[in-house]
Amino acid sequence: MEARGLVKRYGGRKALRGIDLVAEPGELVAVIGPNGAGKTTLLSILAGTVKPDAGEVHSPNGDVGWVPQQAALYRRLTVEENLLLFARLEKHAAPREAVEEMLDLTGLRERRADLVARLSGGNQQRINIAIGLLSRPVILLLDEPSVGLDPRQRARLWQFVSGLAGGGTTVIFSTHDIQEAERYGQRLLVLADGEALFDGSAQELRGAVRDETPEAAGTDFETAFVAFLQHRGH
Amino acid sequence: MRWLLLKDLQILRRSPLQAALLVAYPVLIALLIGFAISRDPGQPRVAFLNEIPQGARIAVGEAKLPSVGVDDRICGRVDCVDVEDRDEAIAKVRSGDVLAALILPANLIDRLNSLSTLNPETPEVEVIVNQEDPVKARVVDDRITSLLGQANLLVARQIAREAGRYLELTVDGGSFEVLGEKIQILGLRAGTAILREVRPTVPPRLRGELDRMIRFGSLVGDNLDVAAPLIDRLAQPIAVDKQSVSAPTPPLDVFAIAVAATLTLTFVTLLLVAGSLALEREENTFPRLVGGLVSRTSLLGEKVGLGMAVGLVVTLLMLAGVQLFVGLEWSRFGLWLVAILAGGAGLGAAGAALGATARDVRAVSLLAFMVSLPVALLSLVPSGAVGPTLYDAIRVLTALFPFKPALQAMTAALDPAGPGIGRPLLHLAILAIAYGAIARVALRRFASA
Repeated sequence: MEARGLVKRYGGRKALRGIDLVAEPGELVAVIGPNGAGKTTLLSILAGTVKPDAGEVHSPNGDVGWVPQQAALYRRLTVEENLLLFARLEKHAAPREAVEEMLDLTGLRERRADLVARLSGGNQQRINIAIGLLSRPVILLLDEPSVGLDPRQRARLWQFVSGLAGGGTTVIFSTHDIQEAERYGQRLLVLADGEALFDGSAQELRGAVRDETPEAAGTDFETAFVAFLQHRGH
Repeated sequence: MRWLLLKDLQILRRSPLQAALLVAYPVLIALLIGFAISRDPGQPRVAFLNEIPQGARIAVGEAKLPSVGVDDRICGRVDCVDVEDRDEAIAKVRSGDVLAALILPANLIDRLNSLSTLNPETPEVEVIVNQEDPVKARVVDDRITSLLGQANLLVARQIAREAGRYLELTVDGGSFEVLGEKIQILGLRAGTAILREVRPTVPPRLRGELDRMIRFGSLVGDNLDVAAPLIDRLAQPIAVDKQSVSAPTPPLDVFAIAVAATLTLTFVTLLLVAGSLALEREENTFPRLVGGLVSRTSLLGEKVGLGMAVGLVVTLLMLAGVQLFVGLEWSRFGLWLVAILAGGAGLGAAGAALGATARDVRAVSLLAFMVSLPVALLSLVPSGAVGPTLYDAIRVLTALFPFKPALQAMTAALDPAGPGIGRPLLHLAILAIAYGAIARVALRRFASA
């Protein structure tokens, strides 16, 4: 997936200021940054749900799986009905088989007949992600996927996502959690106020942070990262 | 699209309260409307043209009615708008400025006076109406009936007195003038006395008296012949020549059913489409759907289709329920379907436009009620019931919303004598396209707003 010069304005505010991004097959790219940095806007543009004011996006064959930040589910449908609906809308060749596969993946087989409204936030998020995976996309976009998940669920999620990337799926995810980005992201794109501050590996980011904020050298990575943002004027 | 439709029906099935409200609320509104249309309105505006010569007075027999102006009598009951001639009266009725026009012809008094002669003529007043809807037709009829009831009562009393005088003459005898010649009437009492007198013996010399009795008998018959039409006139001395400048209107009960059915269709379709579209935003599913699964236009089409389908079912159920009380023309079922589906398309598109502008289901439900209820009620205001400027404003406002054309289509579909269905269908098609375009534009900002 390749994006060049993406610009997005909401009224007088610039949410994205000329962002470039290239993601290779099987790559796990983490988009990190403070609130209002433009992470969700960037992923929405990559997913095709928001049109940029300038710039362009190229994806191999348009097959992009999109998992929004907030659970995009029908709460008055059951787990199974939600999965079946989206499998059908995806024009899946065997929608019921896809549903069974996702029920196994999410570990919610026993709750297949429960209304989504009765599920915990974490379980809703699992269904939310499963829907994004129904079409077996070559590019998967996850907007803060681990929000609301407990550590065990989070571990299962990243294990699954890493497995997808290992199989050649390009995964681009946003997160607030710098440690999560460092742990699972093969490449990190740092955004602040719609501007790309850094694009590289976690190791390279650590180096940049050390170079620009030597006073934060003895602190943990998250504190050093905040100092790095402040040093860049954000 | 069919899977989205299935999903929406599943959601509707899971919301029994919402489904019950969708049916119960329109029924409640229909009842309220029923009460509203059965209420007597206030003083209507009536164009009034008095062609009776000044100073003319009604004389029945030897009595003359007090010279109280007819203008005062009539204009005390209605809000009179003076007009110069018949053409102006017709123009005012046609434009809706007045509810009706009342014309008192120049020969009205002469004809009234003729009632006490041997050659009575029927006095007529002319009423011009624009019965564009049954409520208005009923208002006009009620007012005319009331006005004429008063006038007829006044004249009838005089005629009754005159008829009584004829009967008195027949019974007691006296003089009676016909074509300038005075005729002596013996009277039944006197005749009876003579008969009683001659009964024991009828010698030939009394044959002359008997001849008189025979002549009296024929005179009695002739006098009763004269009195009979006079007494007949007591029922309605003044007849009405009513002319309408509009097409015939359906009966009031059919119109009431059309109002109830259209209200049902309006609330079901509008609320369902608007709420269902807003739900996609509330559930955060809209971006996912339009992110490659369906187009925005298809989504709009699915929502409007859902509204049309559910609106059709609920409205038909309502009509089937009404059938228990009022006979409906089931042979026109095809036209019902056309009217309901066309109305559903217009209302569904309006609902989509509302749904695309609101953030959540509650807000859009409130908005739908706030918009549709007053517009529906305004659509029932007949011309002439309010001032011409206000009525023009109401007409423009109600033409911009699909309720009124949907009501017209429904009325035309239910009543074979009603107005044509083509024009309201065209109106609904235009509104459906216009609201669909508005909804489509509003959906562009739906995901990001």
